[in-house]
Parts: sequence; structure tokens; C-alpha cells
Amino acid sequence: MTKKLLFGILALATLRAEVTVIRNATIVTESGKGTMKGSILVRDGKIAEIGENVLTPDGATVIDANGQWVMPGIIDCHTHIAVDGNMNEASVSVSSMVNIKDVIDPEDIAIYRALAGGVTSANVLHGSANSIGGQTIVLKMRWGQDADGMIFEGATPGVKFALGENPKRSGNPQPGNGNAPLRYPATRMGVEDTIRQAFNQAVAYKAEWDTYDAAVKSGQKSVAPRKDLKLETLKEVLEGKRYVHAHCYRADEILMLIRIADDYGFKIRTFQHVMEGYKVAKEIAAHGAGASTFSDWFGFKMEVFDATAYNAAIMQKKGVLVSVNSDSLNGELMGRLNTEAAKSMKYGGLSREDALAMVTLNPARQLGVDNRVGSIEVGKDADIVIYDKDPVSEFAKVQKVLIDGHKYFDRDQDVSGRAAREAEKQKLLEMEKRTQGSRGGAQ
Amino acid sequence: MRAGRAWVVALAFCATMCAADDAVLIRNADVYPVTATVMKGVSLLIQDGKIVEIGAKVIAPKGAKIVEAKGMRVYPGMIDSGTTLGLSEIGAERVTVDTGELGEFMPQLKALIAVNPDSATFAVTRVNGITSAMTYPAGGRGGGGGGRGAAAPQFIAGRAAFIRLSGWTWEEMEILRSAAMQLNFPSIAGRGGRGGEGAEAPESGRGPAPFTEAKRQYDQQIKKIDEFFDAARQYQKERTANAPGFIKDLKMEAMLPVLEQKEPVAITANRERSIHDAILFAEKHHIRAVIVQPHELGKMAAELKSRNIPVILGRTEALSENEDDPYDKEMTLPAEAYKAGVKFAFGTFSNEWSRNLPFNAARAVAFGLPYEEGLKAITINAAEIWGVSSETGSIEKGKSADLIVTDGDPMELPTQIKRLYIKGKEVELTSRQVELYRRYMERQ
Repeated sequence: MTKKLLFGILALATLRAEVTVIRNATIVTESGKGTMKGSILVRDGKIAEIGENVLTPDGATVIDANGQWVMPGIIDCHTHIAVDGNMNEASVSVSSMVNIKDVIDPEDIAIYRALAGGVTSANVLHGSANSIGGQTIVLKMRWGQDADGMIFEGATPGVKFALGENPKRSGNPQPGNGNAPLRYPATRMGVEDTIRQAFNQAVAYKAEWDTYDAAVKSGQKSVAPRKDLKLETLKEVLEGKRYVHAHCYRADEILMLIRIADDYGFKIRTFQHVMEGYKVAKEIAAHGAGASTFSDWFGFKMEVFDATAYNAAIMQKKGVLVSVNSDSLNGELMGRLNTEAAKSMKYGGLSREDALAMVTLNPARQLGVDNRVGSIEVGKDADIVIYDKDPVSEFAKVQKVLIDGHKYFDRDQDVSGRAAREAEKQKLLEMEKRTQGSRGGAQ
Repeated sequence: MRAGRAWVVALAFCATMCAADDAVLIRNADVYPVTATVMKGVSLLIQDGKIVEIGAKVIAPKGAKIVEAKGMRVYPGMIDSGTTLGLSEIGAERVTVDTGELGEFMPQLKALIAVNPDSATFAVTRVNGITSAMTYPAGGRGGGGGGRGAAAPQFIAGRAAFIRLSGWTWEEMEILRSAAMQLNFPSIAGRGGRGGEGAEAPESGRGPAPFTEAKRQYDQQIKKIDEFFDAARQYQKERTANAPGFIKDLKMEAMLPVLEQKEPVAITANRERSIHDAILFAEKHHIRAVIVQPHELGKMAAELKSRNIPVILGRTEALSENEDDPYDKEMTLPAEAYKAGVKFAFGTFSNEWSRNLPFNAARAVAFGLPYEEGLKAITINAAEIWGVSSETGSIEKGKSADLIVTDGDPMELPTQIKRLYIKGKEVELTSRQVELYRRYMERQ
């Protein structure tokens, strides 16, 4: 244990001492500086300097990015990677007591594959079986670290809500699962009621605690109310300490949730997927919610029949803070979120910077981590992606990815190390065969 | 009313008399024929649905519509070699899905006759420059996807059609009604997960079946398919000999073009081992094979090359199921096929992603495929593999005018398709998605 701790401190110390200069790149800063030619100095995990010319300190690692493009690390506002086991606590439709943080699998290969696509931070959520799902967590893709080491320290925690077909369907017996018990709710009306009932309870619960807290503060002796972990989460929502990320598709259900939030005095931080967000962009903007959508998904189920690839652009033009997410389980779509964002150039005519903001600065703002990441600015975390070409090009590939100034992905190293890894794998398989052989085939 | 009638008469008159009223001259464009080098600043004449002239000086017939295209590019319309377009509208709603009929051997089924010309997906796909596609009956494990097929495996799903993505009826959309017989080749469900074969693990969670059991099942399935093809061959002999007691059988009749090698068999085979067995199967039964949606080639690349068996590669926007594989395995597969000399085209194997066909080709280029080969794999190669290259797939005199006018490289995202022609007719660049965009931008 002590040894491990010591090693950790040593590792941290080496990380802290790292100084890197990325030279002669085209930098998409996603800041007031726009897109510029220049260099970036990284020190102690932070961006220390950006300019046309940056002096290289002695002993600094130099990355020559001549002809290459640099942009802020990609932030994915909706993923299901690195989750060990099932995604839904589907026995109840309000499961705000469960926390995805408890089941993070830091060895999920999806983390590395997301890194290879330039993703540096990701919001990890439960599935969408429940009207009120579980507590969410923001991770940094620090591949190689343990679960705690991956958590984006200081990021505001969230809770997943889900509207429409998925929570409804979880109430209906399905083909292949005909014996599943009926579970309320089974309609959009029931989903609305389920969420209202939960907040009705949460408001009463909060009042109980507020009374107790006030009593304690004024020096009175008082008995603490009983903790309810399900309602504790919703109390945090009412207090603005926890973000609501709501899975939704249709305009009616989006509006419905906005009105519940209005009635109970809380905010929806983001509408997720939100494929009909363009129909109620005005209401989403007025509520102050963000929208995190798919670039061009459509037609896979009834509630996305009115999906349009122009959704992100329409919402953006109507004043909504928009991000583009992957909803990825295996990291596939995380491997190309730059071009997913660029689809808003094709569908809606956004600029390169506005399009790429949908996978960098905008999701950072939606997750409340824009003081740390999302743009290339002095003082922010050195979470940086280097591409060989313009990141809105389908021909561009990620070359290197830095998180906290430390290199977590390097394409050249990945490619050159393949033969050795394959040889190691074959050796292990041989060993496995031999041990199985010596057991005489007994099982 | 009367005036309207007069117009109709006038139009009808003109349709017979004004020979050039359907002619279009696209002027001063850069033409990328795919089968030849780029021709800069030339004009292209479309008449009677065909490309009739390309050159620096093309005289437009009287009445031809002139399209000024200075600075624009002309490419052949793109071809998606793997879809279920027209057969499947909303994947999760079975009533809207017509793929995956019941039955193990169903060669008599035709995808074409179930194509709904008004499927919203046609317009969504074609506004991105895709003008034709293979549409599959797609049962079993592979094929075009979208369908929730029967629980029992399906081996022969029926006949895939090569269609244009525009027309009033499926007959008008048809280019080839039986472009291929779809055979879903069995595979051995091996060990899933870490270090395993990457085949799908059973959903029961009780772990995969032992290899010996899986192999036994696999052998049985292959035997069944062998027997069906043997029966078809026997039928062919009896038919030719007009044997006594011969009775016409629709299943067997449908197999005849396959046995005569007039129609290829699109064999879905994902793994190296299944490709190996599929090649042997094709040889044994003297059929023409196209290998569909392989996820690896390995040593089979050379075998495919030596036997001139073409391949339809799936999306490069994909990941290997095997976590030990390099992250870019699916992206580098096209380059691997190219280096081995294997002829291939791309299919998206999903209606939803069909419009992203050129971006899948571009991703293959990013990971090592020469650019021209990427372009060919979504145009001429597809036409050649499916036997329609005299009709479409490149910009050449005499071919059907299936083409797009763009403001840039169609494989790049920010590029806009400016005009689209299918069989010489300009198709409006709109879709349900574009209409919703226009309508809701107006909401105050």
C-alpha cells in the first residue's frame, strides 16, 4: 500500500515536471484568438503560453506540428463507456440512488479507442430505461489510471432523466421477455407523473432537512431526519448542486420537462439526443438549458422519424447552447466526433469554429468544466489533440493526444508497437494452451 | 380551367415535337469521370436520360436547359452496395420492415417488388449524392440490416436488386431486379470477449458454447446448404433433360441463373475462416461469388485475388469487436484489400448511414487507401461488380446520366451537392429533413 502510494507520488511528480512545446501548428483555439498559426507551451499540466513564437525552455519536449492542426481535447457529453455491467437499474422507474461512479471499469478498451479519436473528457451516464435514472460522472480519459484517477475532479455531478419510448417500453412486456412484469409508467403521461411524484416527495424531504439545518444553525437541539438516498439526489437538483441530463426525443416531452422544472424551481442542464429540439428551440433557450444531440441519426425508431441532420444548426441559430455527442458504448463514434461536429457545416452552414465548438467548448460549458477545459487558453488544462489535417476533414487522423499535459495517445507509437503486442499475445495464448494441456483436458 | 387544358395540350405537343426539351447542358464544369482523368472546364450534354457528349465545345440543341457550372465539379452518382432501402422504414417498428422473411431457403423472394418508392429515406440518401444502391432481402445474420428476422437462421434470403434512388414505382427504379442471390453463410460462434474470437456471445450470459458444439452446428448448417445447392443442380439436369414427371418449382427456378453463373451469389462472410469456407463452397458448386461485409481478410485476401472474387466492404466507421485488435482495424481493411489486389466496393449496410457512404470511403483513404481507389469503390467498382457498368458508375458517353454537380470533393463533409441527376432527370435537392429544417427555421 505504502509502496503503491509512493509510486503514485513519484509518478505525479514526473507529470508535474513535464514541459512540452507544440511548435508551428495551426491552432483552433475556440477562444477569442480564433484559429491561428503558432506554438503552445505546456507546463505543469496547464497551458502556459500561446503565441506565434514561444521560447522553448531547456529540457522541454518538443512536438513539431508543422503542417498539422491542433485543437482542444474533445469532450463527449453523453457516453456509456467504462461501465462495468448493466447500464440500467430497471426494477424501478426512479433510481436516483444508484451512481455510475461505483461501477467504473478503467480497463475498458473503449477508453483507449475514444482517446485515439481525440476525446479527453466524457460524461458517463446510465441507460434510459428509467424516468429518473442514476447519478452520472465526468471522466478524463487517463488510460492506465485506476477508476478514481480517471474522475474529472471538481466537475459537477449529474443525474440522468429519460423521457419517451425508452422509459415507456421498460413498462411493457417485450418480445423475448414476455414474462417481465408490467412497470409503471407505460405512457408519456405516466412518465410526467412519475417525475412529478418524485419531486413532490423531494420538496417535502428538502423542507424537513431545511428545518433541521436551520434549527442546528440557531443552536437548537433537534433530531436529524432520516436520510433517503433517492431523494438526496433530487434535493441536490433542487439546490442547483447537481445537473439534470435528460434523454429525450420529441418536442412534446421536452416541453413537458421544462414545465415540471419551472413548477419545482429547478433547471434542466442539458437535453440529451433531443432530436426534435429544433421544434422547441425557443423554449429550450428561454429555460437556459443546453442541448446535446446526434449529428445525423434518424429513422431507427418512431420517435426519431422527425429527426433532421439540421437539428444542431437550427438550435444553435435559435440561441441554444449545442453539443454533439456519441452515446457510445464501445467508443466507435467517439473515435470521430470531430467530423460528427463538422456535419453542421454541411447541414446548416456553420463555420468551422462554431461546428468544432460543439465537441469542445460547448460541452465543457454544459458540464460546467469550461473553467478547466474546452478551449486552448492560458491557464486551462493542457488537454490537446493534434491532427495531421484540418479536423473538419474526413481525411484527418488524430496523431497525438495530451491530457493534463501528458501524452496519452501517440499514433506512431501505437502503430510501431503492434508487432510486439501481437507477439506477446501469441506467447500468452501458447502458455494458455500448454497449461490446459497439462490439466489433461479436465474441466 | 380552359387555359390549363390548353397548357396540357401545348406540353404534349412539345413533348413529341421539341426533341431537345429534356436536354441539359452543364457548362464549364470540371468533370471527374472516375474511369479517366479529370477534364477541366468542359461541357456535358444530357439527352434522353443519357450522357451524349463531353468536351470543350459542345453545341446545345435548341431548347436545352443550360446550367452554368463554372468552378463546379461533376462526378458520377455514388452507389451503395449494401442497403435495404425501400424495404425498411423504421428499424424498431416491425410493421414498417419488410426484410427477413421466414424460411431457411427462399431464393424465389425478390427485394425489388417490396421497394416502397415513397420511403422517406430515399430522398435523405440521394441529396447526399447517392443515386443507386443494392437493396437486399437481408434475413439471417447479415445482409442489409434493419430487419428483425426470424429466430431460426436463414441461409438464402432471396434476390437483391440494383435500383436507382428515384422513380414513381419500383419498376421505374429498377436497374437490375436480380442483381445477386443473397446467401448468409454460417459462422462458428467462438469465444467472445477478451482474447477470444470476437464472435457474438450468447445473450443468456451463460458463456459461449464450447468450440466442438459450435463446430458441429456449423458443419450441419453447411451440409444443409450443400444439399440445397445439390438439389438445385439436380433440378437443372431434370429440367434440361425434360425428365418424365418433371414439375416446375419456383424455388428451384430462381436458382437457375445462379447455377448458370448469370447471377452472382452475395455471400455474407465476416471472418477469415468463413471466407475460406465460402470460397471453397463457391468453387464446389460452380457459382459466382461476391463476398459481403468481411471484417477481416488475412490470408484470404490472396485467395480472393487469385480467384477474381470481388468483395463488398462495410463501413470504415466501425470498430473491431475484438478488443485486442488495433483501434483502426476496420479503417485499414480497404487498404489491405487494395494492396492484395482484391476488387472491392463499399456498402453501408444500414439505411440510416447510407448517406454517409462517401465519408466511409474517405476514412479508408485517411488510413492508407489511394484516393482514386476510394472514389472507385463508391462508383465504378460497384457498377462492375454488380454487372451494370454499361449503364452507370462513371461519366462516359452513352451511360445513363446519373450524376452530381458539387462545389468540391464529395468525400469531404463541408462540400455541398448543388444538383443531382438520375437517368437524366434533375431531382430536387430536398428531403423530409430539409423540409423540416425550412419549416422550423421560420418558427418565430
